[in-house]
Amino acid sequence: MSRRTLNEQEARECKTEQRNYLWGFGLALVLTLIPFGLVAFIDIERMTLWITIGGCALAQVIVHLRFFMHITLAKNKREDLLLILFTVLILVIMCGGTLWILFDLYQRMLPGMMP
Amino acid sequence: MSDATSLIFGRLGWDALPFWSMLHDHSPMTVINGVIATGAAGMVVLGALAAIVLVTWLGKWKYLWSEWLTSPDHKKIGIMFIVIALVMLSRAIIEAVLMRVQQTFGLDGGFLTAEHFGELFTTHGTIMIFFMAMPFLTGIINYVMPLQIGARDLSFPVMNQVSLGLTAAGAALVMISLVLAPFSTGGWTGYPPFTELAYNPGAGVDYWLWAVTLSTLSSTLTGINFAVTIFKKRAPGMKLFRMPLFTWTALCTAILMIFGMPPLTVATGLLALDRYLDFHMFTTDLGGNMMNYVNLLWAFGHPEVYILILPPFGIFSEIFATFSGKRIYGYRILVIATMCIAVLSFTVWLHHFFTMGQSAHINAAFGIATMLIGIPTGVKVYDWMLTMYRGRIRLSVPMVYAIGFIMLFVLGGMTGIILATPSVDYQVHNSLFLIAHFHNMLIPGLLFGMLSATNFWFPKATGFRLEERWGYRAAFCWIIGFMLTFFPLYVLGLMGMPRRSVAYFEPQYLPWMITAGIGAMVILCALLCLLMQLWVSIRDRHANNVFAGDPWDGRTLEWAVSAPPPEYNFPVLPEIYSIDAFMTEKDRGQGWQAPDHYVDIEMPANSTMGVIIGITGLAMAFGLVWYMWWLVIGAGLVTLVAVIARGFVRSTTRTIPAHEVQRSHEHWLEQVRRTNPIDRSLEQTTANHGRPVPPIEGAVQ
Amino acid sequence: MSSTDTHALEGNSRHPGLNLGAAHAQEEDTREEMVFGFWVFMMSDLILFGLLFATYVTMLGGTAGGPGPQALFELKSAFIQTMILLVSSFTFGMASLALKYREDRVRLVVWLLVTLALGLAFLFFELKDFHSMFDKGGVPSRSGYLSAFFSLVPLHGLHVTAACIWLVALLGQMAVHGLDAPVKTGILRLAILWHFLDIVWIGIFSLVYLGGLS
Ligand code: HEM
Ligand SMILES: [Cu+2]
Repeated sequence: MSRRTLNEQEARECKTEQRNYLWGFGLALVLTLIPFGLVAFIDIERMTLWITIGGCALAQVIVHLRFFMHITLAKNKREDLLLILFTVLILVIMCGGTLWILFDLYQRMLPGMMP
Repeated sequence: MSDATSLIFGRLGWDALPFWSMLHDHSPMTVINGVIATGAAGMVVLGALAAIVLVTWLGKWKYLWSEWLTSPDHKKIGIMFIVIALVMLSRAIIEAVLMRVQQTFGLDGGFLTAEHFGELFTTHGTIMIFFMAMPFLTGIINYVMPLQIGARDLSFPVMNQVSLGLTAAGAALVMISLVLAPFSTGGWTGYPPFTELAYNPGAGVDYWLWAVTLSTLSSTLTGINFAVTIFKKRAPGMKLFRMPLFTWTALCTAILMIFGMPPLTVATGLLALDRYLDFHMFTTDLGGNMMNYVNLLWAFGHPEVYILILPPFGIFSEIFATFSGKRIYGYRILVIATMCIAVLSFTVWLHHFFTMGQSAHINAAFGIATMLIGIPTGVKVYDWMLTMYRGRIRLSVPMVYAIGFIMLFVLGGMTGIILATPSVDYQVHNSLFLIAHFHNMLIPGLLFGMLSATNFWFPKATGFRLEERWGYRAAFCWIIGFMLTFFPLYVLGLMGMPRRSVAYFEPQYLPWMITAGIGAMVILCALLCLLMQLWVSIRDRHANNVFAGDPWDGRTLEWAVSAPPPEYNFPVLPEIYSIDAFMTEKDRGQGWQAPDHYVDIEMPANSTMGVIIGITGLAMAFGLVWYMWWLVIGAGLVTLVAVIARGFVRSTTRTIPAHEVQRSHEHWLEQVRRTNPIDRSLEQTTANHGRPVPPIEGAVQ
Repeated sequence: MSSTDTHALEGNSRHPGLNLGAAHAQEEDTREEMVFGFWVFMMSDLILFGLLFATYVTMLGGTAGGPGPQALFELKSAFIQTMILLVSSFTFGMASLALKYREDRVRLVVWLLVTLALGLAFLFFELKDFHSMFDKGGVPSRSGYLSAFFSLVPLHGLHVTAACIWLVALLGQMAVHGLDAPVKTGILRLAILWHFLDIVWIGIFSLVYLGGLS
């Protein structure tokens, strides 16, 4: 099959999207390098470190969703956004609940299981 | 055992046969239990043989294969789901009655061994939840929901077949476990460490694990299928807030399946890793923690009970409206209440283990969340009552179930609120009080819902009404039998009798136990009445024919087509302008009209995927239970190849030409014209052939 | 067909998430349900991973005197795997673009093959990692903690394996049927899976590896 020639608008779109992927890749790269670099080379306080790792991870998830999976706030993409948000709600309830319940339990009954 | 046989048969040996122990040990207890187990196994084998002989004798193998097993039609798949549910229901009820009889004689002993009793409550619970309730409601949603939203089929018909295949495989596995015993004794919840290899090395727990896993996979796929269908395949004009309430509850149930099943997959998957690969997730040693299992199981378990109860809510909403001759009261509020219940049901799972040992404030939080669910549920009850208020109520069979439901379910709800109080729960936890509570929700709620749905939609699916006299008998037997069986259990629970007890030593329990035993007999009568009802209805099917399709003066779209509906459901997709779409049509005198022109209809083609996946799923599960690794690997490979090969298939649809659609539609319209419209007072007579008189002025609000 | 008109009005996306371009309107119409259905399935899968993550955290203390994260994990190899997956996400993006704008089969196949190679490389490094953990006594039967690790991370690996098999199957379909509608939606869905797995990996490297090593 021969390659299709793009009309002007399509060519422009293609360029934009390509740039989008590159942006996504670059941002994700930075957000990966920061936590790895911190853990490998820099000695900082643990709590700060964990928060940074968590923050970078969250940011990177959003970058992936935005630039690789094209989830945006645009009207016609709401359906998926809502689906994802609902999933996040359920995740927060289930995972948060799990941690809350079990660590409370450890504190009262199983101190050996505290990390 | 030699190496070769163990390579082929794994750990399956002669001792798996239910009468084996009886041959070696002649003590009365062993013999009695052996005879009972052998009888059950014999019934499974005979039943299977009888089915095979019957189909062969009738020469129906080809028909069965091409019209049913490989059919992607959501209506046929729905019916097959329901058939599985009814078969499993019969078995589970017989087991329940056996347990009640044991406990009736259980003062200082009884006739069942603890082992046997353990298998009974485990299979009863597992079957009732995973192989009766789930297939039943899946089947009914499968049948009704696409008709209600004006679609021709589900979004993924082949995946629907696969769901059916997986459920059938799981049910078959539970049936096989009667012949090649034992089944688990760990209860339907399968808590470790009791179900760990260290305490339960046999095949029983593995049967339970894989049967449940097959069912879980099936339900996850079903949930996705239903949700996507409702979101994407509604007829033009069928906005979300014009959908019938049953479809709304189907949507919420589907969402609960999608998000509620994964925790169970995780729990059983990790338990399987413990048992097969020597992991230590839930073991008592080496840092395992069984509390994690309890937490995961109930993160599934509570959404699950709402998977079970939401569809009945939808069914009763349709039934109250139809048989009161009124529009449902508070449609929008009922929808919102359904959504609230669905979301709240993810926030309460800890109420199943208040006594695990976490702090009081956590118990309080989850207890309050639990009580909150009472609010939307209460709203629903009032809406149903207000629907009946000043309606022209017809006490049909579905309506008897519905009224039985509303009274008993409210009672069960009250005891639920009692149990949601952690300090009270500490007292009655794990007692028969709990058993009484959840049967009080499940029998009047789920089971009555399913049975009234069957009475309601049966004429749509088969073209003839279910006979009412036996229907009433069954309904009243169910209601009375339920009360006799389970109200005493509240008392027994308060007196301190633990659940899952094979015997007891308190003479005070006896009168209550005997009452419950009598109740179980009434329930057995109910089951027999149901069978009689089916038999009599089939016998009189010509007299009770309702081909015109609308025997109850229905309100929603499924009544707008013939009974049974054509394969493609609608000759042209309807346009919707309001809720109660069909009633509006009838009110405007626009029912039963021929479309301007017909077009070719594209329908999914038959496929063997469901059968293949069902068989390989069963083979894999069976191999895993008995350690026949060649079977596991072989069946796994076949599955993989089948799935990949399916991707290469391109002819996945077939076309029904427009003239054929026209011919069958016009034939039906002609029949409708010839059908005598009847008044509601003749609804239960042989005059009812499925065409109601037009609504009188003002009857439709 | 009227839907093509609305299509033009809405720009180039029929449905949320990844889209094929204007040249594919017809297929998108008929297959929209499949993509949406796949999204729903992914979300169900996400709950599964989420619960495994939570359970993993609750098992951190269950080392039972056995080796813990500090003794078992290597930052370098975790970093290599992370990089491979990230690059593979990007290359799959390039494949999606080739499909969307050019219908250029050669370019598409090349990008897909590069992605496949990266996926296999990831699996190779992951298995190597497990192997070295085993050598250090980090086997799942050693402790509850290690059981939790080996129920979470290899499950992601299994997903990657399945994605690789699917990719090969799609290439096979392309060879037999050409770039027809089912192949296109197949690639679209695989893209969703691939990016999704990368997102799960973000959780794994942050929580399991970096969290464990810090
Ligand atoms: C038809 C009449 C029924 C009777 C007579 C009956 C009777 C029983 C009995 C005697 C038990 C054991 C109680 C104990 O542990 O001491 C039991 C347990 C149970 N039943 Fe039923 N049942 C019936 C219907 C149902 C239905 C419709 C469902 C669900 C849809 C159901 C679900 C369960 C479950 C989940 C258990 C718990 C099993 C366990 O302990 O693991 N039952 N039932
Ligand atoms: Cu609950």
